[in-house]
Amino acid sequence: MKHTISVLVENEFGVLSRISGLFSGRGFNIESLCVAETLDPTISTMTIVTTGDDMILEQILKQLNKLINVIKVIDFRDTDYVSREMVLVKVNADEKTRAEILRMVEIFRGKIIDVSPRTYTIMITGDEEKLKAFLALVRPLGIKDLVRTGPVAMARGDKTLKTKEKQPKGGNGDG
Amino acid sequence: MKKTGAQILVESLVAEGVDTVFCYPGGATLYITDALGECDIRQIVVRHEQGAVHASDGYARASGKVGVSLVTSGPGATNTVTGIATAYMDSIPLVIFSSQVNTALIGNDAFQEADIVGITRPCTKHNYLVKDVKDLARIIKEAFHIARSGRPGPVLVDIPKDVSANMTDFKYPDKVHIRSYQPTYFGHPGQIQRAMRAIASSKRPVLFTGGGIILSGASQELTKFAEALSIPVTNTLMGLGGFPGNNNLFLGMLGMHGTYAANMAITESDLIIAMGARFDDRATGKTDEFAPHAKVIHIDIDPTSISKNIKVDIPIVGDIKNVLHKMLDILAEEKDFFKGFPESIGEWMKKVAKWKKDFPLTYQKNGGLKPQYVIERIYDLTKGKAIIATEVGQNQMWAAQFYKFLKPRTLLTSGGLGTMGFGFPAAIGAQAAFPKSLVIDIAGDGSIQMNIQELATAVQHRLPVKVVILNNGYLGMVRQWQELFYEKRYTWTSLPCPDFVKVAEAYGAAGYRIDKEKDIDRVLKEAFSNNQPTFVDVPVDPEECVYPMVPAGASLKEMLLV
Repeated sequence: MKHTISVLVENEFGVLSRISGLFSGRGFNIESLCVAETLDPTISTMTIVTTGDDMILEQILKQLNKLINVIKVIDFRDTDYVSREMVLVKVNADEKTRAEILRMVEIFRGKIIDVSPRTYTIMITGDEEKLKAFLALVRPLGIKDLVRTGPVAMARGDKTLKTKEKQPKGGNGDG
Repeated sequence: MKKTGAQILVESLVAEGVDTVFCYPGGATLYITDALGECDIRQIVVRHEQGAVHASDGYARASGKVGVSLVTSGPGATNTVTGIATAYMDSIPLVIFSSQVNTALIGNDAFQEADIVGITRPCTKHNYLVKDVKDLARIIKEAFHIARSGRPGPVLVDIPKDVSANMTDFKYPDKVHIRSYQPTYFGHPGQIQRAMRAIASSKRPVLFTGGGIILSGASQELTKFAEALSIPVTNTLMGLGGFPGNNNLFLGMLGMHGTYAANMAITESDLIIAMGARFDDRATGKTDEFAPHAKVIHIDIDPTSISKNIKVDIPIVGDIKNVLHKMLDILAEEKDFFKGFPESIGEWMKKVAKWKKDFPLTYQKNGGLKPQYVIERIYDLTKGKAIIATEVGQNQMWAAQFYKFLKPRTLLTSGGLGTMGFGFPAAIGAQAAFPKSLVIDIAGDGSIQMNIQELATAVQHRLPVKVVILNNGYLGMVRQWQELFYEKRYTWTSLPCPDFVKVAEAYGAAGYRIDKEKDIDRVLKEAFSNNQPTFVDVPVDPEECVYPMVPAGASLKEMLLV
């Protein structure tokens, strides 16, 4: 099972290595990992997509919480949330296919951000399903290059990532 | 007034109440070494940096205070790694100060440079590279706080040489606040109530306690609780001493070399009350068949220990001492709760008593001098009042089985990492903490040679540690596995050793050898009272095995007996 986790961390050197080292040292998977500063420049958010059963996910959440530099861990399992990813894809584009590519980009509300005599570089954002659908459509044209950011996620509605204090770890009694 | 980084370090150590440090100098430590030369902190210079960390670890385990070591950059720092990993696995509070090359040189592959913060990241509770002398005092304050709070552990602080020379205004902070670190000390009251209800309705309860009891200082509370309800107690290796080894309710250690009674009690129990134990594979055997009929209550300060290896029904995150206080309050206030207790578990107590009586720890008394007998004699002669360190292997298991640990912090052993060479420097550290106590390292002929150089440290600093070497001429525990599971092919394990009496004498220590059983008492008494670092070489039956034994991967009830 895939899970998306947000981790608020101190924006200090070495923190990324603590997190990635935790995953590799304990044999947990990282499908993708996305890091950047938050509104508060002393804090960064990491969005991690991982896989594992409930017991493994439980361990991942607890182990992340245990790291001294981790301020808060948000598990999106039981929350309604949005998640978006960006992909840059360079596809073959000649006189015959350019028009069709443009149409597809429009339908998927993407953008062409670079053009060369033989290629288009397209930017698409969306959830995993949308990106998958788009890539399936352009694949027959010939994908020359592709980079993805990995998803970032946020809870729907009024919920925010409160960063004031770490919750007492496991204080609710169930760890 | 402005002070150098080195002076700040020294004054911060004084402010933290550090009275002893274990250290080894090098090029990068020079400012620090110089500053320490002018203070009252006792400085025990070891002969290898691994010994420094183990000694500070032994100091911490015996005293409950934070152990401190200081080493140089590069190889000095990398030599500490085994010591740090040992302390990390057993949750021992240490602060390790490593020196680093000048900040301008970091990353340049400079002479004696190693990325020790990177290297120790997975085996420290936390670590720091101090990039600016202005951060030094705060970082030291945080390091001590992190090391001793929550689930304790080692913290490394890496100080570049220029940082130790640079100057800044100094005031040691009185408070520490780390927004991302707030351990949970008080268990959830609702969960504690649930646990108490489960205990009240149990028919075959067992208390299963580990090193957390000792770290939390909860052994009196545990004893009170167990006695109030007459619930039998088994300890993990790390838990020994947390419950009196001579108490009637004590079943002995459980696990791979645990007692028959402890392993059977776990297997047939309907309620395991685990406290400060992390369900290590050496304690549980095959996890699928661990306590198959039991509900599990688990009290631990570290949420990651809960439901990691064994699924827990009633988790309680908190400091065990606090939780036990709460449980004792409930016992006192809500007597109805436990009406009919302990009569309701009378059948169980009879069964447990029968296991204890029918299958006590024992050994065959024929053949050569028996290592188990030597340990029984050490127990009798010291009346259980010594501080016992062990190495790792058969010596460790026999010590755990045949010495009755009566008080917490009297057993210093590398339980999690299983580090050979731990016991002797740890004993030196414990002796530094308690100069008047009798400190004995129970060693094997293999493991004593892993940090034997520290004999020079013991002699120099007049630390009269006693080392009893159970000398079987083998790496005995590995040999035992080869005997039982690899058709007696003793590859790599039959190692000739030096004359330990002469080794001791060459270092300026005392050396004895016991050849005959009848000499044991006389020689041990002399060795224990001579006020000198002492080796006692005891050639023992070379092919003696540790029993009971649960083969690797088997369940606890599948024990090989004597």
